[in-house]
Amino acid sequence: MSQKKNGNLGHEVAALLKTNVRNYAMFIALAIIFIVFEILSKGYFLTARNLTNLINQTGYIAVMAVGMTLVLIICQIDLSVGFVAGFLGACAAQLLVLGIPAGVVIVIILIIGALIGLMQGLIIGKIGVPAFVTTLACEFIFRGLLTLVTEASGTVPVTNEFFTSLSNGFLPAVFRIGSLHGLTLVAGILAIAAVIVTQIRHRKDLQKYNFKTSSMPVFLFKLAFFAVLIGLLTYVLATYNGISWTIVITVLIAGVYSFVMNKTRIGRYVYGMGGNVEAASLSGVNVKRVLISVFTSMGVMAALGGILYTSRLSSATPTAGSGFELDAIASCYIGGVSTSGGIGSVINSVVGAFVIMSLTNGLNLIGVGISYQYVIKGIIFICAVAIDVRSRGKKAV
Amino acid sequence: MSDYILEMRGITKEFPGVKALNNVNFRVRRGEIHCLVGENGAGKSTLMKVLSGVHRFGTYTGDIVYNGEVMQFHTIKESETAGIAIINQELALIPELSIAENIFFGHERMRGRLIDWNETTVQAAEILKKVRLNVNPQMKVRELRVGSQQLVEIAKALSKKAKLIILDEPTSSLNEEDSANLLSLLRQLKAEGVTLIMISHRLKEVVAIADTVTVLRDGATIRSLDATVNPVTENEIIKYMVGREIDNIYPKRQGGTIGKTRFVIKNWSVYDPKLEREILHEVNLEVREGEIVGLAGLMGAGRTELALSLFGNTPGYQITGGELLLDGKPIRFRSPKAAIDAGVAYATEDRKRNGLVLIQDIKFNTTLANLKALMRGPVVNENEEILAANKLKKDINIKAPSIQQTVLNLSGGNQQKVVLAKWIFARPKLLILDEPTRGIDVGAKYEIYSLMNEMVKQGMSIIMISSELLEVLGMSDRVYVMCEGRITGVVPAEQATEQSIMRLATNTKEA
Repeated sequence: MSQKKNGNLGHEVAALLKTNVRNYAMFIALAIIFIVFEILSKGYFLTARNLTNLINQTGYIAVMAVGMTLVLIICQIDLSVGFVAGFLGACAAQLLVLGIPAGVVIVIILIIGALIGLMQGLIIGKIGVPAFVTTLACEFIFRGLLTLVTEASGTVPVTNEFFTSLSNGFLPAVFRIGSLHGLTLVAGILAIAAVIVTQIRHRKDLQKYNFKTSSMPVFLFKLAFFAVLIGLLTYVLATYNGISWTIVITVLIAGVYSFVMNKTRIGRYVYGMGGNVEAASLSGVNVKRVLISVFTSMGVMAALGGILYTSRLSSATPTAGSGFELDAIASCYIGGVSTSGGIGSVINSVVGAFVIMSLTNGLNLIGVGISYQYVIKGIIFICAVAIDVRSRGKKAV
Repeated sequence: MSDYILEMRGITKEFPGVKALNNVNFRVRRGEIHCLVGENGAGKSTLMKVLSGVHRFGTYTGDIVYNGEVMQFHTIKESETAGIAIINQELALIPELSIAENIFFGHERMRGRLIDWNETTVQAAEILKKVRLNVNPQMKVRELRVGSQQLVEIAKALSKKAKLIILDEPTSSLNEEDSANLLSLLRQLKAEGVTLIMISHRLKEVVAIADTVTVLRDGATIRSLDATVNPVTENEIIKYMVGREIDNIYPKRQGGTIGKTRFVIKNWSVYDPKLEREILHEVNLEVREGEIVGLAGLMGAGRTELALSLFGNTPGYQITGGELLLDGKPIRFRSPKAAIDAGVAYATEDRKRNGLVLIQDIKFNTTLANLKALMRGPVVNENEEILAANKLKKDINIKAPSIQQTVLNLSGGNQQKVVLAKWIFARPKLLILDEPTRGIDVGAKYEIYSLMNEMVKQGMSIIMISSELLEVLGMSDRVYVMCEGRITGVVPAEQATEQSIMRLATNTKEA
């Protein structure tokens, strides 16, 4: 709108901050975490090596947070993902030990994950056992099964190179500019271009229908901010080993889910059902089927999480998966999923996972013991949700 | 000057978009039965909520003077302490607790720091005797009939030593015998010095029991009639309740023809295992193309249950007999989705609870029931969606800055328009509208009626469930009347009168 002159810019920024305080809070928190740990770790936290490490650590939680986002949006919960991931990771390791090709193993494990999710979905949707109870019980079951699978052998080492590279490997450089990783630079530039093009197209669409758009300076600032952010990240990664396969997998998963949630019918139904299950049902949404699909997808994501975690450690341990569910759920809440359902975005949940893992990584770096880590994470989790509940509470009439 | 226990002066209460009460004055004499009447949405319940502290002090303007003092209630607890008890239409009892526990819930009989169960039971029994309920106080409330539960509510109010008891539609879900019993109990309480305010739609009861009748209309006091001076008649009350020509509030349908039979319900019987009784008995109803059929009846007559049982949204019900025909073919819907796919849709009476996804915007809600019309491959075509939602918003005059407005922040009338927009977009063959104008101001009502006319003109059939008799008469082509799970009559709207429908709804013979 052209009548918005400079005098209004301040107002607009203030209003923007006010209405989106929830979204910005996450980035502010991330910035604070970065700064604090950078200082406390005496400059090690923000090195290319550690950032790469941090991203690779985040992968398995990020994909589970993506699945969990959908579960939380439809007002359900899945407490079993930790040990489902642990169990399936161990299964993958054992299958690899048997000499089955890694590709086949991955497909089998993802299918088993889907079946586990499907089973949970059927128990919740068709029989009517609450998700809390079903998944709590499954947590027990898969904890037991995990121990069974690893009982005879103890920790199962994984030597398959393809499998371990999923969480530890990097894209080939193809070419180098100085010491910089060539393919990473290309990917970074493409990513920036993609962001700019889609944002401009989105803005044009909004203007076409006379929807409210942010003013030009604010829009440009937003574009510049994202461009610089991606640029910086690209540069940092390029100085080290470049883009890891974990980044590729996570971006792919987040992209696909984001597309499904925003562009397809089932995505609408998930949001509709989360916002008001009865209204959705009376509008012709098969809510049971949506619920079962969401839990099946959660099962697949738990399987993928298990694969990435096993790959990351190059081994499967009898305790793998313990506490993942809380990290995944916390990622979603930090990423802005509403505790009363209906609201949330998978991309933000992935960023939420990054916040959680930054915290874990930073606390590890400065040598805080695991016991304190749990306490600190618990407190931060509650604070995040408290801020969320309060800020939403004010918005509601 | 008489002795007024309560004076409400210049009460004004606004909700976003609606002025529910506009400078209402309301005076109640000590020891009288004061009836508060008015159409749905006239502001009766809101006024009582202001009085009892549900709408706390500061959210309204005006004064509440109780026993000569200006009161500022912030919670129900405060008004209860002052001696005011409210008994809502939806009873506030806890079904799994015993009668005695319910009566003293929130003000338990104590001995020291522990609950004195003996005293609880003994005192409960005494109070039950007062309200003439002859049951064991240790019975669970769940096991009581609605009529008896109502008495437990009154017992609860008495146990708090209430001096002023407000009853919101106390007889609406009671049968005649229970109603008569309740009314005589109210007279007895009056004799014992309790002041009673009763909200009621049943004018016969009002005339029979009231010392004073106050009529509210559109959030304003229209008239207070003193029955102790001049006997009040039903017609007089109706005159003040309505106060405007029907022609002005119900738009005439221009054009449109009533075609062949669209949907038939034959001998439809439904059993509710939870209530352990048949809730619908051999219901027969048919609706034709381009026709609005009104479905009248008192609360609890089984109208909503009928709609839900058709729609497959009936986890608890058992269909014990009957058949459905859609365009001449027998059909049964297993789920709401199946019904919508076949072209039968239901818009609920409670749009906030199960009609709209409140946290989403107008666009989302408008297209939710018919996204398949917008698919381009696997993707929802958002451009077309925006065009469609914008057109509907403009056509039916939803007042909001844009279709991106969250539905939560719309007024009731505009929310209802979004519900209709959804079904206009989905184009069902038959739309069942349950209380389509509940809680909506008069202006928006007119627009909703016009929309309904527009919909049937295009060949849709509508079954309109409504408790507002004038609405039923003003909008329907034919009117079915239900009472206690049965159809008690069907009349062409032009031949029907409020009295004739009310007689059918109460299943009483012509006098």
